Amino acid sequence: MSMSLAAVPTARRRSTHYTALPGFGPTLGVTLLVLTVLVVVPLGGMVLKAAGLGLGQAWHLLTVPRIAAAFRLSFGLALAAAAVNGVAGLLIAWVLVRYSFPGRRFLDALVDLPFALPTAVAGITLAALYANNGWIGGLLQPYGIAVSYTRLGIFVALLFVGLPYVIRTVQPVLADLERETEEVALTLGAGFFPIWTRVIAPPLIPALLTGMALAFARGVGEYGSVIFIAGNVPGISEILPLVIVVRLEEYDYAGAALLASVMLAASFAILLLINLISMWSRRRHGA
Amino acid sequence: MARDLFMSERRAIGESPILRVLLILAAAAFLFLGLILPLAFLAAQAFAAGWSGYFGSLTAPDTASSIRLTLLIAAFVVPANTLFGLAASWCIAKFRFPGRAALLTVIDLPISVSPVIAGLVFVLIFGAQGWLGPVLTSHGIRVIFAVPGLVLATAFVTVPFVARQLIPLMEQQGSDEEECALVLGATGLQTFWRVTLPNIRWGLLYGVLLCNARAMGEFGAVSVVSGHIRGATMTMPLQVEALYQDYNSVAAFAVASLLALLAVMTLVVKRLVEWHHRRETAIQSA
Repeated sequence: MSMSLAAVPTARRRSTHYTALPGFGPTLGVTLLVLTVLVVVPLGGMVLKAAGLGLGQAWHLLTVPRIAAAFRLSFGLALAAAAVNGVAGLLIAWVLVRYSFPGRRFLDALVDLPFALPTAVAGITLAALYANNGWIGGLLQPYGIAVSYTRLGIFVALLFVGLPYVIRTVQPVLADLERETEEVALTLGAGFFPIWTRVIAPPLIPALLTGMALAFARGVGEYGSVIFIAGNVPGISEILPLVIVVRLEEYDYAGAALLASVMLAASFAILLLINLISMWSRRRHGA
Repeated sequence: MARDLFMSERRAIGESPILRVLLILAAAAFLFLGLILPLAFLAAQAFAAGWSGYFGSLTAPDTASSIRLTLLIAAFVVPANTLFGLAASWCIAKFRFPGRAALLTVIDLPISVSPVIAGLVFVLIFGAQGWLGPVLTSHGIRVIFAVPGLVLATAFVTVPFVARQLIPLMEQQGSDEEECALVLGATGLQTFWRVTLPNIRWGLLYGVLLCNARAMGEFGAVSVVSGHIRGATMTMPLQVEALYQDYNSVAAFAVASLLALLAVMTLVVKRLVEWHHRRETAIQSA
């Protein structure tokens, strides 16, 4: 899960183009066959189905108020959750890498929980926890703050599922930073702020942006953990994936395929963005 | 000891001890509120009616049937995707060929798209009004709203897990040992069993467990193709939803607790695998 869109590190000891190893043909054949049958043809069919609508009708369907509201809600809240997770994730990664304190390893292991916990389990747990009779919802109720069954609830769920992405992309970069550079900056008279902006931030920013982009992509498509805590009121708290499900239940296959294709295009755009970030960072740091 | 407790791991620069303690407390508070409290709440809800209520919920006929269905789907999907992951990582990690980067992107696609899309694509093909729907119906074959559809949707979302775990590992290890074995007269399969497999066994174990955890816990994709027929096409996560919507909170959280236990066990194994990996690389570089 931690792997989603992130590029595979191409750490190879040697890059020979000719190798004596056997099995290239059969393994590539199996790989291509499975991916074609299970992934490429079904997704291609979906895009084809959407394309059958034509541009004019597609635009008409996408700008219906209910759909437009779902787009704004899904993308807006995913962006907000990714931003908050960026700040919180950076803080947590910093603390986990730089300081030693009792329970550090336990907390570090726990960070992956949202990756491993089934979304429906997270969904009912958060919905009940933040409901008026739940442990947290009960504390907030006297102040008139409702979380479950509101847009704030969707935000909380997206915060939960997106938490590990920033931490896990920033952690290795922080661990690789050479402490000596900071110490040199310190001995040369740099203060806390210049050390952060000139020494620590530059290599950290690409990793932070990548983690936030991953959390954003996950948030846009997230379904299971959100639908329990969202009110699912059309136009107000109805997320985009839920609109797709509703379209399918109405046997509007083309409409569902159209929305899904737009989401697929968004996934590709985010993937491209992440690759650009890593290229930019490689060029800057020559690694 | 106590004096060093909140110190930086190596030498401290910049931030004062007070700031350090404040940062640690802030991070710990966020993780406590975000992760520990929900887990504790889940356990409390599951056992709200005591042990008898807990076990009674799990042995109710529909719930027991959902557990069997989830195990059945995993029994199809996990071995198949393990074989796929081994094949994919072998050709991608050990060879260089045109289109390799594109192949990696395609392997990533299933976890980059919304789970709802993973279900939708199979409804478009096999559904009542899908491309193959009418042909299948006339032959009495059901894919959507039946077990084959659940298996397909689960297979789609779990395609990347084993491959994703093995590719970086096999790239890092290179091909020197395999080439050595081949030069010494081993066959291709012998080389794989005796050289490659022992080298990747921990990564493989974790990849298989991740694949299994996702296969058993998938919700969005199976929800779209399931049809929600109680006692027939309900997997454990779908049963959690159904029980929760029936206001049967104890039963919903009891089933959820089994899935949460699976998740926690997967995380424990992840730590063990990382520990083994570090130890082995330490031995190799010593």
